[in-house]
Amino acid sequence: MAAITDERGVWWRVGPVLTVLAIILVIWYAAAIGLNAAQVIERTLSAQPGWTAIDLARLTLNMDRPVLPAPHQIVLDLYDSIFGWPIDSPRNLLFHAAVTSSATVLGFAMGTLLGALLAVVIVHSRTLERSLFPWIIASQTVPVLAIAPIVIVILGSFGLTGLFPKSIISMYLCFFPVAVALVKGLRSPGIMELELLHTYAASRGQTFWKLRVPASLPFLFPSLRVGIAAGLVGAIVGELPTGAQAGLGARLLTGSYYGNTVQIWSALVMSALLGLALTGAVALAERLLTPGGKR
Amino acid sequence: MSSPVVEVQGVSVVYPAKENTVTALDNVSLNIAEGEFISLIGPSGCGKTTLLRVIADLEQVSSGTVRVNRLTTRDARMARAYGYVFQAPALFPWRTVLANVCLPLEIHGIAREQARQTALSHLERVGLQGFEGKYPWQLSGGMQQRVSIARALGFEPKLLMMDEPFGALDEITRDRLNEQLLRLWEREKRTVVFVTHSIPEAVFLSSRIVVMSPRPGRIIEVIESGLPTDRTLDIRDTPAFAEIAHRVRVALQDGHGGDH
Repeated sequence: MAAITDERGVWWRVGPVLTVLAIILVIWYAAAIGLNAAQVIERTLSAQPGWTAIDLARLTLNMDRPVLPAPHQIVLDLYDSIFGWPIDSPRNLLFHAAVTSSATVLGFAMGTLLGALLAVVIVHSRTLERSLFPWIIASQTVPVLAIAPIVIVILGSFGLTGLFPKSIISMYLCFFPVAVALVKGLRSPGIMELELLHTYAASRGQTFWKLRVPASLPFLFPSLRVGIAAGLVGAIVGELPTGAQAGLGARLLTGSYYGNTVQIWSALVMSALLGLALTGAVALAERLLTPGGKR
Repeated sequence: MSSPVVEVQGVSVVYPAKENTVTALDNVSLNIAEGEFISLIGPSGCGKTTLLRVIADLEQVSSGTVRVNRLTTRDARMARAYGYVFQAPALFPWRTVLANVCLPLEIHGIAREQARQTALSHLERVGLQGFEGKYPWQLSGGMQQRVSIARALGFEPKLLMMDEPFGALDEITRDRLNEQLLRLWEREKRTVVFVTHSIPEAVFLSSRIVVMSPRPGRIIEVIESGLPTDRTLDIRDTPAFAEIAHRVRVALQDGHGGDH
């Protein structure tokens, strides 16, 4: 299979992605000109009769506080913030990305653990399944935006601030996909596999570790990818009510306070890149930990 | 003659249902001596698989008794008295061929290196040396089923139970595996209980053929084979083979008499 892809070359793999990117960029530039035109005409061009379309494009694509910043403005802002400031400066986006990702990773670890615990308990007890599952599902219907300030206030009253409360909110979103997928995965072995171990007089623990756990891994990893992406959203939402000191959520909030749209967009792009990096790390772990190669 | 390996005494298995209760086995009795190769043959629904599962403690009797090595089926299972081969290979896809064969040995608490050696020797016996590092999906159906036989033989059970192990395979592969299985039985003199719905397979492999009929499942005839144990596939062209096959076919037709 690999040989076929190699013969088709690099273009076969990156071509479609680049095509979509080009289309997005064209639409984006057009939208930026369209959305920013009203402001530019009102503030600047109305004073200079005889302005051309080129003037309009030049001005709309280089505004300080545009309705929609042009892609190159975001790239320049990202570049400036990453390379123009020391890594521990609050003006460097990497500093904020690090703050957010540490909360995400901690929340992800706690959420995976909680999800796994719930799944194991549910798989082994029908009673607990019936009593726990409705609550687990109901927990996800509560908007995280409403939960976040409550968690922060309550934990704050115990003197817990900073990383931990954000991780709790992140965990709150992480555990659900993991629990649901693991319940399915741990139940995935067929009757024949279970009877096989029955004929070996295997104990419950042996059945669990030698059959149920390995059988659940193909279900677990996709849920971890969903989980860490959800956890990132949780961490960013958790940063909003903290007084916006640090983190990508804080950058989004200060950006919108001051109408600094370019800052909002670069924080947004940075969180998207962070999400890609985190799910990429999980996918890499999956490749390393799944025996039997590609199936 | 020493006491039988398997004693089935007046066993009935009834599945209660609202409308009509299903009698999977009706007052079945059968003794299996050490070193015999027994085939259970009959049309689907005759209870041949149920009988095998009852002996293996995968199914419970409604009445009657079953003893394996003079133990109850549960105690025999806990004492790891038998190896069981299912209709499908039931290999674990995340384990290599070698690790699959090692599985029962791991569960029985055998040291890793010893388990490895045992597994390798059993893979060799089913003709799969060199494939121990492969994963199940890299093997053909026939090879997968041979791995599952090696796995069942791995902990040296005196009793081997096989539930239509070659049912899903093509005839050529099936013939070859039948011959290999016969050589294995001839060499190691284990007791084999083999479920099939193929007359040639049953006649070729067995020392005794148990013919069963459906609704309710019962034994209608037990046919002694008398063919030499060192037989090869060529024996299927002999009159002796044809004669036994004919007797099995007649018995199967008699069993169906009520239906047709």
